[in-house]
Amino acid sequence: MDNSHIAALGGLVLEASDTLNEATVHVAAEKIIEVLSLLKSRGFNRLSAVSGVDWHPQEPRFELVYNLHALPLKGGKQERIRVKCRVSGAAPEIASAVPVWEGAGWYEREIFDLLGVTFTGHPDMRRLLMPDGWVGHPLRKDFPIHGHKYDYAENK
Amino acid sequence: MADTLVAPADIAPDALSAEAPRKSKRLMTLNMGPQHPSTHGVLRIVLELDGETIVSAKPDLGYLHTGIEKEMEVKTWQQAVTLTDRCDYLANLSNNLAYALGVEKMLGLEVPAKAQVTRVMLCELTRINSHLVWLGTHALDMGAMSMFFYCMREREEVLKLFEMFSGQRMMTSYIRIGGLALDHPRGWDKKVKAFVDDFPSKIDQYESLLDNNPIWKQRTIGVGALDVDRMIALGVSGPMIRAAGVPWDVRVDEPYSSYEKFGVRVPTEFTNNDVYDRYRVRMFELRESCRLAKAAMEAMPEGPFQADAPKIVLPDREKMKTQMESLIYHFKIVTEGFTVPAGEVYVPVESPRGEIAYYMVSDGGNKPYRVHMRTPSFGNLQALEALFDRKSIADSIATLGSMDFVLGDTDR
Repeated sequence: MDNSHIAALGGLVLEASDTLNEATVHVAAEKIIEVLSLLKSRGFNRLSAVSGVDWHPQEPRFELVYNLHALPLKGGKQERIRVKCRVSGAAPEIASAVPVWEGAGWYEREIFDLLGVTFTGHPDMRRLLMPDGWVGHPLRKDFPIHGHKYDYAENK
Repeated sequence: MADTLVAPADIAPDALSAEAPRKSKRLMTLNMGPQHPSTHGVLRIVLELDGETIVSAKPDLGYLHTGIEKEMEVKTWQQAVTLTDRCDYLANLSNNLAYALGVEKMLGLEVPAKAQVTRVMLCELTRINSHLVWLGTHALDMGAMSMFFYCMREREEVLKLFEMFSGQRMMTSYIRIGGLALDHPRGWDKKVKAFVDDFPSKIDQYESLLDNNPIWKQRTIGVGALDVDRMIALGVSGPMIRAAGVPWDVRVDEPYSSYEKFGVRVPTEFTNNDVYDRYRVRMFELRESCRLAKAAMEAMPEGPFQADAPKIVLPDREKMKTQMESLIYHFKIVTEGFTVPAGEVYVPVESPRGEIAYYMVSDGGNKPYRVHMRTPSFGNLQALEALFDRKSIADSIATLGSMDFVLGDTDR
């Protein structure tokens, strides 16, 4: 891994690892926009994906994973880095990365939909995949695989 | 399709009555899909039109959401392979490969050369299969009906090859953790050779129908352009970004499964970033994939088709019946699977549509703790709003077709 990125992030990094040759940095959830903007200015022009992991019953419960990619437009070496942070299960909330990368929009909506993490400052915070009236967040570990029994009569 | 007239927010409701003079222009809301044939699957787009110009386009996803990621969490690692080819039904083997590479990386498993080269060959045939469906349906959208029949004719040959290898035409699940599901069938090389030798002449046929076709050119040249930086920020990948002049291909930049041996060529001469150049890029890739499949077929090494890892790979049927140890391994793998060391992995693969990567987390158990599929259709479709903005509605179908998304891949 190119250690200059870690050095540039300085005190923002809580923990850095290079397991399986995949660079990973852990940061505080409050600093996420600062970290992502800094990495973007250092050449990471693509946000490959934002993933959410539910570590129920651990606390802080939700882990947000930003897979960044430096795609050189005029030759050079491409690079990848992973930024991770955790938010609490009681009121999961984090700043939206849409101002940094427009493409974060749908990934954040997907996480909001399936895991129930709210992204503050997101321009269009609605469900993406599940129906609008759906109750619950299906990718949470305490959501049963066969779903909840849904009483149609009561919810008419 | 249903259309209704709505008032912009600045007009009071009573101003819409017949007597009231019209103060401002009316916008029309047009609901496109989810059953519109040109949306290539169940995609719904809510269009706001000012005359013929699209003012805003809001895609509505989720009609094909089947909870594949949730389902994977209750399958063992090897069982989950069968779910990977059910999301992108045109690029099954690319999905199998992305998943298998990730798990193999976490396991530290070395896959034999024969399996690696077979993976290259089949993934290139997958690209041909997918691009043919794209070309046929895209041309059909623009009124070139015969293209569809020609493309389906050749696609059928590719599907026959898949059936010969795996027993399945579409849901192959042929690439497994540790190698392949089965050894090569008898006489496979002759059949693959017959296809790859014949196919380039078929590409010439397609091009003779489209390349200089005045209708095709009028409807595609200069249509559907978008700023390159914006495309990158939106997460666009694959042929779409290559047609915008970014020569990025995962097979070249981060080679996997012995792709580095074959010298993949990336098209660099098509940089107009319009529908026509996306077509040119994909035609280039059809030829290139055909060449790669042929090269892989000719360079096919001898040897085992699965890794030597008895705790992970199912034993040979004959051994299972005659050797006690193999029988025990077989029983263990089938009943409880194998465990994968705790950790996380993100391995990108170039699918026909772009970068596909599975972000996988293992907690050290026999099932994936979390699998998030970074699918190319999802990333590419996100650019739809920007691509449609302030463009004519007549161009929207050409633009939509040029994006080549699969809704199963988007919704998962």
